[in-house]
Amino acid sequence: MTIDTTPALVQMTGISKRFPGVLALDGVEFDLLSGEIHALMGENGAGKSSLIKVLTGAVQPDAGRIVLNGTEIAPRSPADAAKLGIGVVYQEVNLLPNLSVGENVMLGHEPRSRWGIDWRKLHAEASDALDNLGVRVSTRANLGTLPLSIQQLVAIARAVRLKSKVLVLDEPTSSLDKAEVERLFELLTNLRNKQMGIVFVTHFIEQMYRISDRVTVLRNGKKIGTNNVSELDRSELVSQMLGRAIGERGTTARRREIKEEKPVLQTRELGARGQVEGVAFDLRQGEILGFVGLLGSGRSETIRMLFGIDPIEFGQLFIRGNRISKPSPRKMVRLRVGLCPEDRRREAIFPNLSLRDNMLMTLLGQGMRISKRKRAEIVERYRQVMRIAAAGLDTPIWQLSGGNQQKAVLARWLAADPEILLLDEPTRGIDIGAKFEILGLLESLAEKDLALVFVSSELEESARICSRALVFRDRKMEDELQGDAVNEADMLKRIAGASS
Amino acid sequence: MKTLYATLGVFLALFAAASVAYPGFFSLRVALNLFTDNAFLGVAAIGLTFVILSGGIDLSIGAMIGCSGILCATLLEKLHWSAVPAVLAVLTFGFCIGAMHGALIAVFRLPPFLVTLAGLFVCRGIALSISREALQVSDPTFTRISEMSVRLGKLGTVTAPAAVFVFAVGIAAYVLKYSSFGRRVYALGGSENSSSLMGLTVTRTKFWIYVLSGVCSAVGGLVFLLYTASGNAVAGTGLELDAIAAVVIGGATLTGGYGSAVGTMLGVLTLGTIQTIITFDGRLSSWWTKIFVGCLFLAFVLARRIIHKEPEKSFSP
Amino acid sequence: MKREIPAIVWPLAALAALCVFNLAANPGFFHVTVMNGHLFGSLVDILNRAAPVLLLSCGMTLVIATGGIDLSVGAVMAVCGAVAACLIARPAGSPLAVFDIHGSALLACGAAVGVGMVLGLFNGLLVAKANVQPIVATLILMVAGRGIAQLLTSGQIVIFDHPQFNSIGAGFSLGLPNPIWIASISFLLAFVLVRATPFGVLVSACGDNPVAARYCGIDIVRIRTIVYVLSGLLAACAGIIATSDIKAADANNVGQYLELDAILAVAIGGGSLTGGRFSLFGSFVGAVLMQSLTTTLLARGTPPEVTLILKAVVVICVCILQSGALSVRLQKRDRQAAG
Repeated sequence: MTIDTTPALVQMTGISKRFPGVLALDGVEFDLLSGEIHALMGENGAGKSSLIKVLTGAVQPDAGRIVLNGTEIAPRSPADAAKLGIGVVYQEVNLLPNLSVGENVMLGHEPRSRWGIDWRKLHAEASDALDNLGVRVSTRANLGTLPLSIQQLVAIARAVRLKSKVLVLDEPTSSLDKAEVERLFELLTNLRNKQMGIVFVTHFIEQMYRISDRVTVLRNGKKIGTNNVSELDRSELVSQMLGRAIGERGTTARRREIKEEKPVLQTRELGARGQVEGVAFDLRQGEILGFVGLLGSGRSETIRMLFGIDPIEFGQLFIRGNRISKPSPRKMVRLRVGLCPEDRRREAIFPNLSLRDNMLMTLLGQGMRISKRKRAEIVERYRQVMRIAAAGLDTPIWQLSGGNQQKAVLARWLAADPEILLLDEPTRGIDIGAKFEILGLLESLAEKDLALVFVSSELEESARICSRALVFRDRKMEDELQGDAVNEADMLKRIAGASS
Repeated sequence: MKTLYATLGVFLALFAAASVAYPGFFSLRVALNLFTDNAFLGVAAIGLTFVILSGGIDLSIGAMIGCSGILCATLLEKLHWSAVPAVLAVLTFGFCIGAMHGALIAVFRLPPFLVTLAGLFVCRGIALSISREALQVSDPTFTRISEMSVRLGKLGTVTAPAAVFVFAVGIAAYVLKYSSFGRRVYALGGSENSSSLMGLTVTRTKFWIYVLSGVCSAVGGLVFLLYTASGNAVAGTGLELDAIAAVVIGGATLTGGYGSAVGTMLGVLTLGTIQTIITFDGRLSSWWTKIFVGCLFLAFVLARRIIHKEPEKSFSP
Repeated sequence: MKREIPAIVWPLAALAALCVFNLAANPGFFHVTVMNGHLFGSLVDILNRAAPVLLLSCGMTLVIATGGIDLSVGAVMAVCGAVAACLIARPAGSPLAVFDIHGSALLACGAAVGVGMVLGLFNGLLVAKANVQPIVATLILMVAGRGIAQLLTSGQIVIFDHPQFNSIGAGFSLGLPNPIWIASISFLLAFVLVRATPFGVLVSACGDNPVAARYCGIDIVRIRTIVYVLSGLLAACAGIIATSDIKAADANNVGQYLELDAILAVAIGGGSLTGGRFSLFGSFVGAVLMQSLTTTLLARGTPPEVTLILKAVVVICVCILQSGALSVRLQKRDRQAAG
C-alpha cells in the first residue's frame, strides 16, 4: 500500500479545544494522505464535529498545530480554509436554495465580461464542473427545488472547482437513499483517484467499510485509534466507539423481576421512511427497556416517533391498550408519557428562565392551577430528591452545569407524575457523579412501577440498568435481548452486526 | 419567475377590469400617468427591494421622502442654493442616514425594523425642525426640470418623474442581475449563514444595502418635490407601508431571497391602478385604497405561505 | 456565581435622575395641588399622558415575550376610537350610524373593545396558526387599519360631546384622572394574570425555547393567539382614552408612532426583544420614563420634533447596550453548544 510512503497532506497534532465545562478535544492527532478516504467515527460528543470545525476554521483550537502540505496553517474562518484548499460539505448543505445550481457552484468567483457577470460563461463553467463529477443536472434549475442528495453533489462540485485538495464531508449520507449513496460513493472514489484527500464523517459502519481506506475513532474528545480499515473488524471498531468500562467488563444488570402485567406501551411494526423500521415491542410497568445502537441507527428516531414529534408512517402504537393514531407531544403528555430529549440545550431547557420555572414547566403547561405554596413544595422536594446544586431557585438555568440542568428536566417530568418516561441520552455531557445519581434515580423509578425507555451511547450504562434491550442497526430494530443477554459483550456483537 | 407572472397577471387583470368598467380608462395617458403619479413611491420602493431581498426591512422610507423634500426646498428657497448643490446635499443626507442604519444593523446587529423605525423618528424630527410649514419651490432650474417632458403625440407625455422611475428600475434590474453586489444581496436573503460560509462579504454588503435604500428614498423625496413643486415635512406619512406592500405584491418574500426590480415596478403600478380606479369611480373614498392594498398584501402573504409550505425548522430532527 | 444587577435598576435610576433634574430646574415639580377634590401637578400630568403608551406597552410586553411583535397597535387604536366615536356621535355617512345604542357610553366602549379583540385575534391567528412572521402579519393591519378607521368615520374627524364618554379621558375618580386608573388597573390585572396563573411562565417559555415548549405539551398556538388578543384589547382601551380625551376620532393621527413608544418602553424596561424573559413592571417604568422625558423636554421649551429625535437616540442606545450583554451571553451559549 502506498499509504506509508506518501507524506501526509494534512497533519494535525496535539489539537485541544475547551468549551466552558467540557474539554471537546484533548490532544487529538489526525493525519490525512492525498488519495485516501479517511473516515472519522465516534458517538455524540466524541469530538468529531469539533475536530472538523478546527480543520475548516470554524473554531480556533486552544493548542495544537495544523500542517497542510508542509506549511503550518491556522484558518480563521471557513472562507479562509477554502482559500487554503480545504473544502467542506455540511450535512445540511450550506448553499443558497433561492439561487440556481450554476450560481451556487460559482458564487464568489463569477466569470465577468465588460458588462458584469457573464451568465453564459458562468453556466458553461458550472456545468463543466458538474460534468467532471458525472453529475447530470441543469445548472439553471433552482437549487431549492432539488433533492438534498443533488444539493450535496452541487456542494462537492463547488468545493472541487475551488481547487480544494482536502474535502471534508460531514455526515453526507444520513439523508440519502441507497441509490443516492451509491452515486456519492462513485464520485468519492473518482475524487480519490485524482489524489484528493477526503475526510468522511459518518456513523454508518457498512458505508465506512465500503468506501474508506483508514478510520480514526474518537471518544470523549480523545483519539482512540487510527487503523487501516482492512485490518479492523467490526466488533473491535464498535467497542472503540462505545468504549468498555475498565474493570467492569461485561456488566450485567441486577435482574429485577418484571411483573407480568399488561403492557403500558406497545408498538407493532412501527416506522417511517428514511427514519426507522420494524419497531415492535411491549413495555411493561416497572421495567427499564434499553434502546441500544449507534448514532443514527434509529434509536432516537424511534423515541421521537413514540412521543409524536415525528410522524408515524406505518405500524401501530398503543398506550394502555388504546391505539394512538396521530400522536402529538401534547397528547402524549396528557397520556402521562414524558420525554427527556437528546439535545438538552435546544429541546429541553428554557435557558433564560429560572430553575424553578424549568422544573414546573410540564405541570404548568397542562394548565393546572397549583397554588403558590404547592408549587414551592414540589420544587423544594425535587430539588432535594435530585440534589440539584444551584445558587437559588431563581437562577437562570443556563448558569447551571449540564448535570444539574438534566436533573431539572427530569424533575419537570417527575413532578407531573408520569407512567412512561422516554429518556434519550439522559447522561450525555454531564459529569460522572451526576451520571451515577441519575442512573440510580432511574432504577428507583422503575421500582416505583414507572415504565422507562432508556437510550445511551454508553453500553455499560445500558447493561447496568436495563432489564431488556432492543438492538437498532441501520435504521431497523434488529433484535431483542433479554435476561443475561443484556450484557456489554452481547450487545456489542449485535450492534456490530455479527451473526449470533 | 412564476410569481412575477402572477403579479403581472394581477396588474393586467385589474387594469383590464377597470378598462371595461370605466370608459376612458383604457388609454396610454392613464398608463403613463401611473408612472408619473407613483414615481416617488416607485424609486423608494426600488431601494426597499434591495433591503427586502436581503431579508431586512426599512421603515424609514416615508419619513425620508418628507425630510429630503423639505430639506431640498429649504436649501433652494430659504438659503438660495442653486439646484445642483442642493440636490447633492440631499443625496448626501440620504447616504448618511442610510449609512447610520447600515452600521447599526450590520455592525451592531440590531434588528432592522427597530433601527429603521428609530430612523423614521429621526427623519421626521429633522424634517419638522427644518420647517413646519410646506414650502413652495420656485427655483428656475428645478421648475424647468419638472416641466420637462416628452410628448408622445396626443396620447400622453413622459414626465421627468416617470423617466427617473423607469431609469431607476432599469439600473436596479441591471445591478441585481449582473453585479456581484446584486448577487450577494440575493445570497444574503437566501441564507446569511451560508453566505458567510461560502466566503461572501456579509457585513459590507448589508451596510451598502441600507445606504442604497437611504439614497433611493432621498431620490424619491426629490421626485416628490418635482411632482408637487412643494416640500412638506409630513409628506410621505405611511408611505413605507405602501412601499413594502408594493415590493411584496411584486413577488418578494419578507424573509428575503426572492423578488425583483421589475416585480416591484409592477407592484407599484398595481397599487397605482387601485388608486386610479378609486379616483375614476368617484363613489369610492380614498381610504378604500388602504383597505384594498391591505387585502392584496394579505392575499400575497398567504399565497406564499401555501405555495412555499416550508417545514418548520424546529420540527425536523 | 456573581450576583447580577437587576435590569430594572437602570430605568429606575434614569427616572430618578430625571426627577432630580426637574426638581432642580423647577422646584414645583413635585408639587401636587388639590383643586375641587382633584389632584393636579406635573407628576399627575405625566402619568395621565402616559396612559395610552402604558396600555400598549403592557400588551406589547407579552407579545414580545413570546418572540413576536405587534406593529398594528396604533392602527387598532384608530379603529377602536372610531368605533366608539361613531356609535356615540352617529355622524352622517358613517356605516356605523345605522346602529342606535341610545348614547350608552358603556355599549360604545364594549363594542370598541370587542373590535380590538377581533383585530388582535386576526393578528394572532396569522402568527400562530398560519405561521406568518409577526412583523409581516401585523404590518397587514398596520396598512389596512387606518383605512378601516377612515371608512368608519367616512374620512371626517368625528366630533362629539357626550359627558359620560368624555369623562373616560378627561374625568377624575377619587382625585386622580381616569386614564391613570384605567392604565394602572390594566397593569395590575395583567400582573396578576402573569404572576398568579401559569400564563406568565408559559408566555416566557414560548419565547425562550418554542421547541422545548412543544415537548412539554404546552399549547403554543393558544398562548400566542391569546397575547395578540390581549394586545388588541389593550390597544382598544388606549384608543378609547385617546379619543375621549380630545373629544374627537381622528383616524389619521390617533396613535401615530405609538407602537414605537410601546416597543421602546419594553426595551428600556429590560425585556428581551428576542423573546423569553419579560418584566411588566420594567415596561411600566419604561413607559413612564419616556413620558417624563417628553414632558421634561417640552417644559424646557424643546420643540416636539427634537423630542422625536431624542427618543430615537434613546432606543438605539438602549438596544446597543442590550445587544452587548446579549452577544456575550450568546457566545457563552454557543460555546456550550459546540463540542
